[in-house]
Amino acid sequence: MTDPALSVEGVSFRYGDRQALHDVTFAVQPGEIFGLLGPNGGGKTTLFRILSTTLPVQQGRATLAGHDVAASPDAVRRTIGVTFQSPSLDPKLTVGENLTYQGHLYGMTGATLKQRCDDLLNRLGLSDRRSDIAETLSGGLKRRVEIAKSLLHEPRILLLDEPSTGLDPGARHDLWRYLSQLRSEAGVTVMVTTHLMEEAERCDRLGLLSKGELVALGTPDELRTSVGGDCITVQPVEPGSDLPTRIRERFEVDVQEVDGAIRVEREQGHELVRDLVAAFPNAVKSVAFGKPTLEDVFIQRTGHHFWDEEPSDS
Amino acid sequence: MPLAVWSLTKRELVRFVRQRSRAIGAFLQPVIFWVLFGTGLSGSFRMPGTEGGLSYAEFFLPGIAAMIVMFTSIFSAISVIQDRNEGFLQGVLVSPVSRTSIVLGKLCGGTLLAVLQGLLFLGLAAGLQFTGLVPKMDWNLSVTSFVGTVAFLMLMGFGLCGLGYIFAWRLDSIQGFHAIMSVLLFPMWLLSGAFFPAAGSGWLKWIIAANPLTYGVAGLRRVMASDAASVAELPSMGTCIAVSVVFALVCVVIDVRMTKKHRI
Repeated sequence: MTDPALSVEGVSFRYGDRQALHDVTFAVQPGEIFGLLGPNGGGKTTLFRILSTTLPVQQGRATLAGHDVAASPDAVRRTIGVTFQSPSLDPKLTVGENLTYQGHLYGMTGATLKQRCDDLLNRLGLSDRRSDIAETLSGGLKRRVEIAKSLLHEPRILLLDEPSTGLDPGARHDLWRYLSQLRSEAGVTVMVTTHLMEEAERCDRLGLLSKGELVALGTPDELRTSVGGDCITVQPVEPGSDLPTRIRERFEVDVQEVDGAIRVEREQGHELVRDLVAAFPNAVKSVAFGKPTLEDVFIQRTGHHFWDEEPSDS
Repeated sequence: MPLAVWSLTKRELVRFVRQRSRAIGAFLQPVIFWVLFGTGLSGSFRMPGTEGGLSYAEFFLPGIAAMIVMFTSIFSAISVIQDRNEGFLQGVLVSPVSRTSIVLGKLCGGTLLAVLQGLLFLGLAAGLQFTGLVPKMDWNLSVTSFVGTVAFLMLMGFGLCGLGYIFAWRLDSIQGFHAIMSVLLFPMWLLSGAFFPAAGSGWLKWIIAANPLTYGVAGLRRVMASDAASVAELPSMGTCIAVSVVFALVCVVIDVRMTKKHRI
């Protein structure tokens, strides 16, 4: 097994009293697209900031391409390309100027820099935007310039924080196509944070982050399979009744209650749906049946909905 | 490192040119001050120690040049807040550029703008005296005086940019900076011997003596003066240079430390 491109070992982080990350450990292999999925306030951005050297490591250890984030931040900075959730372009400069200045910050000059800028502008379909002032661009175009900017110095690892914020579905699709292209052609390792399930589906592997803890780790398929069979969600006629207990006793299944709804995971779920409705015809208002989604994984691991976890203090 | 500093400096200049209102605000206000105060106070002003030879407009001239340098430098430093809010700063902070380069880029950009505006004003003032708007001035126009003027404007600009950066780095809104500007920085200029002479004004004298900007303004007066008697009361040239250099260095050291320590 090769050395991981990115490794996080026992990382914890506190903002004052609030524990933003708690003992998070995972590793990303070279050439992998790794997604950190979690609701807003789950700790994704905190971890992203630690990895991009803008927050100090309080506890634990994080390395990128073998460089320790705490001990040699400059080596890490040379290795990574970073795309922030919020824009980092200078709005008063043109697209070309933004890239040129960025190149200078990484010690690139002259013909090499020009060649690289031309290349990237071409690949990202920005060639005719070179002399546009950044603030006049649309959201999707700005995002593309951000990506070009973070790729300019040919980083081995690309970190993206919620990269599709403000992108329409078409632009989001293009972005992901480009990320997989980067991975397959240049072997770039990609770590991306997201709160969108459909985006998480496109990652090679995922970490689910909830309330600062890593609650699941694996490929999207593995995670879904771990839920087991099919997912059945029952809305009872009377929320809070003893229906969950009765279902548990009658069918000998694990039952979870989420916001008044009753969740059951089961192989051959369609049979259970039939039997369940037949057994409790008057207690069931509606039944939903489906293959597990990443949201189901999230609910199973945390016992609550993905969107319930809005932070109270930020 | 020099490449990064130059690049960040150039960015400041480009941004300045693209935001014309900034240039106009920092330049035109002092010119208006100078013409209005210079004319309005010309009757009641007498420079201590001289026999009515120095008009107020002439006394006020280096003071206004200092004011322009101060406003421009400080406004350039405020752009740190803007860089942070617009997001540009986070991109710079995750790059391998040394933190010293980040500070120097900002400071050099601000200083260059400040000196250019200061010189532009002095050129304009030299022209204005022939229009009759302000009285004729007896002005030392030599190469030494010019070089000295540029040098002092730069020294002052650099120190003030450094000072502005200290505040700007800590604050997260331009509004907050304006508060500091009016209660701290503007009085600092008023009490630098730029607006009225330091001599014979009681306790104010001590504040003026403790103000680092006093030595920038005094140095500027010394290099611009044609009549040695009018600057006899001011701190010596050596003191002016020493205080200004030390002030600028202290500010830069604090700036770099803050930039290294603080993360966004």
